[in-house]
Amino acid sequence: MIRVVLPFHLQTLAHVEPEVIIEVEGRPTLRSALDALEVCYPVLAGTIRDHVTHKRRPFVRFYACQRDLSNEPPDTDLPEAVVLGKEPLLVIGAIAGG
Amino acid sequence: MSRARLLVGTRKGAFILTSDGTRKAWQINGPYFGGWEVYHLKGSPVDPNRLYASQSSGWFGQIIQRSDDGGKNWAPPDGRQTPPSAGMPKPESNKFVYEGEVGAHLWYDGTLRPWEFKRVWHLEPSLTDPDMVYAGIEDAALFRTTDGGLTWQELPALRGAKGHLWQPGAGGMGLHTILLDPGNARRIFVAISAAGVFRTDDGGKTWRPMNRGLKSANELPDPSVEVGHCVHRIAMHSSRPNVLFMQKHWDVNRSDDAGESWHEVSGNLPTDFGFPIEVHAHEPETIYVVPIKSDSEHYPPDGKLRVYRSRTGGNEWEALSNGLPQRDCFVNVLRDSMAIDSLDPCGVYFGTTGGQVYASSDSGDHWMSIVRDLPAVLSVEVQTLA
Repeated sequence: MIRVVLPFHLQTLAHVEPEVIIEVEGRPTLRSALDALEVCYPVLAGTIRDHVTHKRRPFVRFYACQRDLSNEPPDTDLPEAVVLGKEPLLVIGAIAGG
Repeated sequence: MSRARLLVGTRKGAFILTSDGTRKAWQINGPYFGGWEVYHLKGSPVDPNRLYASQSSGWFGQIIQRSDDGGKNWAPPDGRQTPPSAGMPKPESNKFVYEGEVGAHLWYDGTLRPWEFKRVWHLEPSLTDPDMVYAGIEDAALFRTTDGGLTWQELPALRGAKGHLWQPGAGGMGLHTILLDPGNARRIFVAISAAGVFRTDDGGKTWRPMNRGLKSANELPDPSVEVGHCVHRIAMHSSRPNVLFMQKHWDVNRSDDAGESWHEVSGNLPTDFGFPIEVHAHEPETIYVVPIKSDSEHYPPDGKLRVYRSRTGGNEWEALSNGLPQRDCFVNVLRDSMAIDSLDPCGVYFGTTGGQVYASSDSGDHWMSIVRDLPAVLSVEVQTLA
């Protein structure tokens, strides 16, 4: 079971609390975690990754265990602490003015 | 008694304003989708309870929202609030994918740049089917849903009308206006910034640029170019679909032959730069614009907010200012932020980048502000309800 923290607007879009728990089948990677997230919360499809290319949207970032995973390949293994549920995977909207 | 329902899209959410037929006292509801840009909302002419909204953000992209109860409740059309059961199709109500080979348009430096979806600028529900809606998007293209917003398909032939020569202006290359001919279901006009006007006569299978007669001497020295004019908005009266009015990047124009040719009707306007243009509900020769000082100064001349009305289809304009601020007013009115209801006398409405929404219940003779402190208004539509 993997914990994922969502930014405010995606919380309201999906009608969820700031942290959700998802179950990932197979190897827990960035890609499989986001796949599972979109299955659980279909409204999030296209809001974190492009619909077609599945590239991370430019102003969305991924962090875990004080590491920036944003530019890691999508099949990067999630940190063990995330896999064990001790730490969350953070999905964050980049800071911007206005 | 009839009622009016205003659908207001803003930089930080949508608002729905309702009133009875007097249009004097208004109830304000919202924000819906608080914090998101809502570029446009519009209701189906067939089912006034069916509303569609374009919700977007630079961070999280595009969402299409639909209401089936006049705006009280909203949800993405594919019901994606709940996890899908096995076999249910993947949600695609916010998926806008250019058809076939994506191709490229001109970029600022003269190179070619692939089309890239950014957002939905405008939604135009069908005149006959509540499940059919056209969407004008950026980078400019036309999409359509026939299943109430569950899925969207491009009408790709439009980009074949010299799309490789289209180039964005600083505001982005958006398809911002869609006019459906009420007498001919196969005829559609669209306007694109900064490519011009295009028309189809076969339901979208083929398109032609319709910009002959437009003059944009500074930006397009060659008067014979077919595309490249920065058309801000076009409007028609339903009783005369062959007569079109246009607010362009400088000058107001008119066509009496369904866009085959245009001529300028700026006349005595204090400045002919502006964004919205609308036609009176019952007087096809009465049109409204909101002049702003220049292409570099997007605010009213002299700090005076004035709507201009022509009762002659252009050339002769009168200033309408009763009830509008006549000093220290430096707001703008964006292209999709003016609307006309079909009550009698007809109501005229507009929203400003300063967050005000103004209403006139007598065709523009007198104005009042309905609400003053909304986020910057991006669009205004009105429904006349029985």
